[in-house]
Amino acid sequence: MAGRLQGKVALVSGAARGQGRSHAVRLAQEGADVIAFDVCRQLGTVHYPMATSEDLKETVRQIEELDRRIVAREADVRDSAAVQAVVDEGVSELGRLDIVCGNAGIAGFSANAWSLTDDEWDEMIGVNLTGVFKTVRAAVPAMIEAGNGGSIVLTSSTAGIKGMARTAHYVAAKHGVVGLARALGNELAPHSIRVNTVHPTGVNTPMINNDYIGSVLADDPEFGANLSNALPVEMVEAVDISNAIVWLCSDDARYVTGVALPVDAGFLQK
Amino acid sequence: MGKFDGKVVLITGGARGQGRSHALAFAREGADVAFCDVASQLDSVPYHMSRPEDLDETVKLVEELDRRCVAVRADVRDREQIESFADRARTELGRIDFLLANAGIFTFSTVAEMEEQTWTQMIDTNLTGVFHAMRAVLPTMIEQGSGRIVATSSMAGKMGFANIAHYCAAKWGVIGLVKSLAMEVGGNGITVNAICPTGVDTTMIQNEAAYKLFLPDTENPTRDDAAPAFQTLNAIPIPWVEPVDISNAMMFLCSDEARYITGETVAVAAGSNAANAG
Repeated sequence: MAGRLQGKVALVSGAARGQGRSHAVRLAQEGADVIAFDVCRQLGTVHYPMATSEDLKETVRQIEELDRRIVAREADVRDSAAVQAVVDEGVSELGRLDIVCGNAGIAGFSANAWSLTDDEWDEMIGVNLTGVFKTVRAAVPAMIEAGNGGSIVLTSSTAGIKGMARTAHYVAAKHGVVGLARALGNELAPHSIRVNTVHPTGVNTPMINNDYIGSVLADDPEFGANLSNALPVEMVEAVDISNAIVWLCSDDARYVTGVALPVDAGFLQK
Repeated sequence: MGKFDGKVVLITGGARGQGRSHALAFAREGADVAFCDVASQLDSVPYHMSRPEDLDETVKLVEELDRRCVAVRADVRDREQIESFADRARTELGRIDFLLANAGIFTFSTVAEMEEQTWTQMIDTNLTGVFHAMRAVLPTMIEQGSGRIVATSSMAGKMGFANIAHYCAAKWGVIGLVKSLAMEVGGNGITVNAICPTGVDTTMIQNEAAYKLFLPDTENPTRDDAAPAFQTLNAIPIPWVEPVDISNAMMFLCSDEARYITGETVAVAAGSNAANAG
C-alpha cells in the first residue's frame, strides 16, 4: 500500500537521534525520501551528551531498511553555508523538496534569566531560533521553484506558548519560532506551502532523559512537579510528535496552516 | 506631586520616538531618567536612525522639566555597554525602579530572500537587546526588593506578518522572555510585562520602506498614501496610535495600581488585537 507521503522528499534537522530520527523514520514509513542533518558534536554550553556521527549513521541504516533513499550530512544549523549545502546536495540527489521539519534543538537550565551567560544565551538563540530560520531559508526557494506546494513544521514547545522559570533563553527562542512560523505562513500561502508549529511537553529522548536534567529536577522538586502533565503520563514518546508531523505533512491537513499544535498530554490545560 | 516622585526610570532607545515620549511622560510624574540609545545607523535599516543630536534633545526636554537625566550612547546588542549604562544610572541617580526595554528596529524582507545581516541585527537588537537590559537591572532590583520591567513587544509578537518574519520572531521571543522572567522574580517584588502596540506614529513606521510593506506596487508612497492601508489593521478607525498612548500604558504598568499585574501582554492597538485568537 502506498504511504501518505509517497514520492515526497523531507528535510529533517537534528536527525541523528531523538525526535529528529523518529520524524525521519515515520516520514519514510509513509513513503518519503529523507534529507537528514545533525551537528553530531558537543556544543560548549550543553550539559548532556549530544548526538554523535554513529547516531546519524544509525538513522541512515533505519531509513535504508525501509527501502527509502536518504542523504545525511553533518552540519550545524547555525552555519548558513553548511545548511545550504545540505539542502542543495539533497535536492540534487533526491530531485525535489516537499517537507521541512525544523527540529534541531538544545535544552538548558539556569538558576534564573539574569545569571545566564552570553554564551548560554547566544548558543540557545543561535540553535533553537536562528537555526530554524536558517533551515527554512535554505529550503524555501527550492520549494517555491518546484511549485508543488509543501509543508513546513517547526518544533516549538509548550514553552513556546507559556512562560517557564529557569530557562528564559529556551522560552524566548521557542516563542520566537512561533512568530517566525506565523509570518512565514503568510508569505508562503500563495505558493500552497503550509507552515505550522508543534508544541511537545517533555519527550522521552536523550535531550530530556539524561543525568543533567535529572539533577536539575532532583535539586528542585517543586520545579519538576510544575512540569507534570494532565494525562497520567510522565513523558510522551518521540513517535507521538512524529505522528502529528505526518498528519500536518499529509493531504489530510491540506488546509491547515498557521496552527500551533500542542502534543502535550494536556500540560497546557492545567 | 507626581506619582513617580523619587523614582528612577531606565529606558533603552530614548533618543526619539516612543523612548523619548516615555522619558518625558515619566519625568512629568517626577521620575529621574536614564536612557541609552545607539544614535547611529545600522546597515540593515532602511530609514534614518537616531543621531547624537536627538539624544541631546531628549536630555534638554527632561531637564526642562527639572528632572535629572543621564544619557549614554550604547548599543543594546553589547552586553558590556548596557551594563555600564545601568551602572552609571545607579551611581548617578541612586536606584533603578523601572526598566522600559524599548529600543528596536524595523526592517523588511521575505524569509526566502533574507540577508544574514538583516536577521542577525534584528534578533540581536529586538530580542537579545531586551535580555541584556533586563540582566543589567535585575541585580539592583532584587537587592531593592522592588522593580517594574516593561518590554515593548508588538502586535507582530502575537500574529504573523509577511515580509517581517524576523521582526515577528523577535517580538514573539520577547513575550516568552517576559513571561518566564515574571515567574522567576514574582517573589522579589518585581513585575514584568510586555506592551503590544499596533503601528505608532514614529520614524520607525513613517518611512518609505515601511509604506512599501502595505503598498508594494505604489511608486514613492507617502504618509497620506499609507494611512488608509495602516488603518485596515485597526478596529478603531485611525491609521496609527501616538507615542504617548504607549507611554500611558507604560506608566500604568509601573504604577501601584498595577501591583499584581505580571507576566501579561497589554495590547495598545486600536483593536487590531480584537481579530486575533492569541
